[in-house]
Amino acid sequence: MIKLTVNGESHSLDVDPSMPLLWVLRDVLKLTGTKYGCGIAVCGSCNVLVDGSPVRSCITPASSVQGKSITTIEKVESPVAAAVQGAWEKHDVVQCGYCQSGQIMSAIALLEKNPSPSDADIDEAFEGNLCRCHTYVRIREAVHTAAQSLATEGGAA
Amino acid sequence: MKRHSINHSRRRFLITSLYTGAGLTLGIQLTGCSEEEAPTQAGPGIAGDEAVTEASFEPNAFVRIKPDNTVTVIIKHLEMGQGTYTGLATLVAEELDADWGQVIPEGAPANAKLYNNLFWGKAQGTGGSTAIANSFEQMRQAGGAAREMLVQAAAKKWGVPAGEIRIEKGVIQHAASSKQATFGEMADLAAEQPVPGEVLLKDPEDFTLIGSYVPRKDNKPKINGTAVYTQDIQLPDMLVAVVAHPPRFGAKVKSFDADSALDVAGVEKVVEIPTGVAVLARDTWTAMRGRDLLQVEWDESEAMTQGSAEIMADYKERAKSPGKIAKQEGDAERAMASAAKTVEAEFHFPFLAHAAMEPLNCVVQRTAEGVQIWNGVQSHTADQNAVAKLFGVKPEQVKIKMLYAGGSFGRRANPQSDYVVEAANIVKASGSKVPVKMVWTREDDMHGGWYRPMYYHKMAAALDEAGKPVGWQHRIVGQSIMAGTGFAGMIQDGVDPTSVEGAENMPYAVPNITVDLITTELPVPIQWWRSVGSTHTAFAVETFIDRLAREAGEDPVAYRRTLLKDHPRHLGVLNKAAEQAGWGEPMKEGRARGVAVHKSFNTYVAEVVEVTLHDNNRFSVDKVVIAVDCGIAVNPDVIRAQMEGGMGFGLSAALLSEITLKNGAVEQSNYHDFKMIGIDQMPEVEVHIVKSAKPPTGVGEPATPVIAPAVANALSAITGQTFDRLPLKLKS
Repeated sequence: MIKLTVNGESHSLDVDPSMPLLWVLRDVLKLTGTKYGCGIAVCGSCNVLVDGSPVRSCITPASSVQGKSITTIEKVESPVAAAVQGAWEKHDVVQCGYCQSGQIMSAIALLEKNPSPSDADIDEAFEGNLCRCHTYVRIREAVHTAAQSLATEGGAA
Repeated sequence: MKRHSINHSRRRFLITSLYTGAGLTLGIQLTGCSEEEAPTQAGPGIAGDEAVTEASFEPNAFVRIKPDNTVTVIIKHLEMGQGTYTGLATLVAEELDADWGQVIPEGAPANAKLYNNLFWGKAQGTGGSTAIANSFEQMRQAGGAAREMLVQAAAKKWGVPAGEIRIEKGVIQHAASSKQATFGEMADLAAEQPVPGEVLLKDPEDFTLIGSYVPRKDNKPKINGTAVYTQDIQLPDMLVAVVAHPPRFGAKVKSFDADSALDVAGVEKVVEIPTGVAVLARDTWTAMRGRDLLQVEWDESEAMTQGSAEIMADYKERAKSPGKIAKQEGDAERAMASAAKTVEAEFHFPFLAHAAMEPLNCVVQRTAEGVQIWNGVQSHTADQNAVAKLFGVKPEQVKIKMLYAGGSFGRRANPQSDYVVEAANIVKASGSKVPVKMVWTREDDMHGGWYRPMYYHKMAAALDEAGKPVGWQHRIVGQSIMAGTGFAGMIQDGVDPTSVEGAENMPYAVPNITVDLITTELPVPIQWWRSVGSTHTAFAVETFIDRLAREAGEDPVAYRRTLLKDHPRHLGVLNKAAEQAGWGEPMKEGRARGVAVHKSFNTYVAEVVEVTLHDNNRFSVDKVVIAVDCGIAVNPDVIRAQMEGGMGFGLSAALLSEITLKNGAVEQSNYHDFKMIGIDQMPEVEVHIVKSAKPPTGVGEPATPVIAPAVANALSAITGQTFDRLPLKLKS
């Protein structure tokens, strides 16, 4: 039995403790917004926030994040998250959309720490986020827009 | 508002085809049950379990207006990122004069009688950058017919002449009597109006949505985690299956021991299927663990043993003999013999995986009525037929619930429906009555074949005294994508058009030209990959023409212009890109521009890149200026997005991606060794859409093949090196 706090809710789950967090979220809790892309932590589609930091859920055993606060795309509700999602919408970033939950998680984590990231900061923060549709131009623009909106309007992109 | 048709006979023809060929179900459907099949299946994550309610107004198979004032547009194409849910909805909304906010796209079910691709005869499917092109008039007609019925209803209700009624942004208005109504309010009465026999379409100058910015319709669900992809399907009692595939192409299962796999709690079944051994479990992780413990002995007696190096050596040897003629004009051989100068080149291209972020998957359930599939399919009709054959049911008994696809790039349009049939085989072999979600891991996806084929090209040109090409020979060696598939009928005189497209129709004026093809056979399964033949032919033609320009001592843009005199649309994009990129303006030491221009899927794209040479034999692609002529620009921002992303997709192949074989086994397994560019390698991109009144053509693929030659040409300009293979590598 493992205990997880996901999106503010506590769950006691009878699962193999070695099961990666990704599959607990997707197959057990049915939170399918977090995606499986590579399973080896190179694509970033499975990013979730654990105590506010981006974590690759595909290689994170569920047992290792007990007692921590796990946030998935379904419940990102901070002003930063609102600014990021607003900017994503404004720039029509998505194409197939499959990697975008993970991209958005990286953007939120970056802007929480660094409210005015440079292009180099963005390169570093998104180093492990692949997008096969190659929407990178708009991801960069959207991160800058979100940063600006947080600085000037307190969040609404 | 002016409403007239530009071309009466054309429009008439199309209306006819709507009524017969496409089988538009006209008529009033208060209960929503058409004879064929009510398009009630909800679009991915948008319309929920939308059912046709009693009061809905459904003038045809593409439009449904409900009393709540929503306009549901049934989209017959797969949304895989290219923006078709936005594009096709725009066409309907334009002629309906709907408000963009009230429009909800919904994925059409598999039903070729209603939803065939008008460019594909009787088959329903998405590919070849045809979605907007084949639907342009059809969807506008659908919107226009619905509008006409709303107008008639309002005229009747208000007792005013129909000609005095206007519709703007979803509001029906009669100015003189100050009456107005929403679509929802008029839906009931509209449903009772006669279906118009002929609808006049808007004059393009009256377009309010086409050619303007509209937000993507799939934005919200894809940024809040609610969009439903096949991978996300969760159904009661559903099992998840993973398959152990043979390690080499051509190998088969000899025997297997499932005991250890079945010992894993949650593993329910292990079954042999034609393509391997499937492990069915209660969840994905457990199925993967079960497979890890499965012991399979493979029969490799007929397995492939060649590697990429041996294949290429063989192709090169074969290229010494002539192939089947794809194009012949004049006498290229004689031109070579009498030329002032000849130039020769060869090119090597690797296998490429599609590597969409969503690995392949498919959910199948055997039902009392037939078969239910949940999937983002690209080839509805082919998939339906293949699954029907497997289960011995009629194709129409195979129902497909359309979902979003997390990328595809051609892979989900498999000509043999390979992965869909594999999922169906698991259901068949296991006798499962519950739904089964087959998932491929990333490694399965990377190893699984169906790649862009390997190719070898050999080229030669004859130049006259002035450096102009007077002879051109182009030989291509590689597998045929169409051979052995339902498309084999398109192979003419031994030439698969997808092997030579972009080469046999290369636009440069050369009086003597021969293009020939040597088709090979290998156990490696192959298929179309974003921009298909152009993925290799554009590189060969566009780097070779650049080299001829250098041999002639001419500027590459000026040289192309001279040879493209009879190709105004090529010239249009070439000039636009060159002008916007500041072609000819001086650059810093170690930097250079490169250019390429290419037509694919009737869309013209030119790209000018700026490349910097760094220390340690490294280089960066800093900026790309893209000019595109795709006829009428329906959604300019979607076009820009496809140019940016399509170019990026090609840039990954230009710089990093390749699938290689060693002793018959694929060497790459995941994104760490089948590489693509990240955000740090993505150049700045500028897109310019050339204004055009021509019918719209596709934009999903045409940006992809142009970037690799443009980059190679820039590198040649800096280093003087020539580049004969992809991915590009500088010689040290």
